[in-house]
Amino acid sequence: MNGPFEFALALGDDALVAAQRLGEWATRAPEMEEDIALANIALDQLGAARLLLSYAGELEGAGRDEDALAFLRDDREFRNCLLVELPNGDFAMSMVKLLLLSAYQVPLYTALAGCADERLAAIGAKARKESAYHLDHSALWVKRLGDGTDESHRRAQAAVDQLWPYHHELFTADPAAPVDPATLRADFDAVVSPVLAEATLTRPATGWTPGGGRDGVHTEHLSFLLAEMQVLHRAHPGAQW
Amino acid sequence: MSAPSEPPRVPVTSPLWEVFVRARRGLSHTHVGSLHAPDAELALHNARDLYTRRQEGVSIWVVPAGAIIASSPDEKDSFFDPAADKVYRHPTFYEVPDGVDHL
Repeated sequence: MNGPFEFALALGDDALVAAQRLGEWATRAPEMEEDIALANIALDQLGAARLLLSYAGELEGAGRDEDALAFLRDDREFRNCLLVELPNGDFAMSMVKLLLLSAYQVPLYTALAGCADERLAAIGAKARKESAYHLDHSALWVKRLGDGTDESHRRAQAAVDQLWPYHHELFTADPAAPVDPATLRADFDAVVSPVLAEATLTRPATGWTPGGGRDGVHTEHLSFLLAEMQVLHRAHPGAQW
Repeated sequence: MSAPSEPPRVPVTSPLWEVFVRARRGLSHTHVGSLHAPDAELALHNARDLYTRRQEGVSIWVVPAGAIIASSPDEKDSFFDPAADKVYRHPTFYEVPDGVDHL
């Protein structure tokens, strides 16, 4: 990440891939109410992705609109963090993933709302409120799962252990970006640590810190996700309904 | 071959809640429906998603369905008898002062 184009693209890809993963929960959530909540959150992420990718396309100036960026790039051209492309796993895994993502997005969008770029500031101001809701929702569930039954605690801790290595990538320093992600670490910790403590979950020690998503080097999961997401647009370019 | 036994009782992890919403310009809370949630906080959360679409300025009440006592439909004849023959029960002898709304 460096200039506004790369920055808008990376944030847009985070939101787009997160929306696609959350959409996989539709009709499969543990409860009907939760099904609707997850669909709501997926649509919020998709809305932010559309704004960010549209703006990225304008900044690029190569005639690529939001659809071209979403549906006609392959995995090496995506700039999302690895965290969002990981499979949903069980409900605990998805809730911990959403907690880590939204605890990063809230301070990010908040800082963006005050940045010099007017378009990015407007997008940040809109997306911040939605992300605050996502954070609230995932925090509620992580607390209940972690401090629930033996089985829900075991699953929640397994999710934290498995996902924790991936959150380091979110805070890779980038002084040239409109908002330097390294400056968001304190806000993230201030939110996530109390939630994990209340959920009786142990915060893993820093060990393996996978990265590469911002440079287009992804896990095996992204190309499968894109194949499913892009098949219709690639088969019927420009299809409308 | 053993005799069919009772199926194991599954603990109810998400009891039923009744939801009352007061719209932004509404005067009182109206029953809008019900939902399942593990606890009051999540019931409020779900109610906001399901019944208010997260509009600003609405008030939501959630009540465990078990806390509501309903009148019996079988007794409605005596229960809701208007007692029309007891004229002293009808507040028709009072002037309502100006400025008293929503009585």
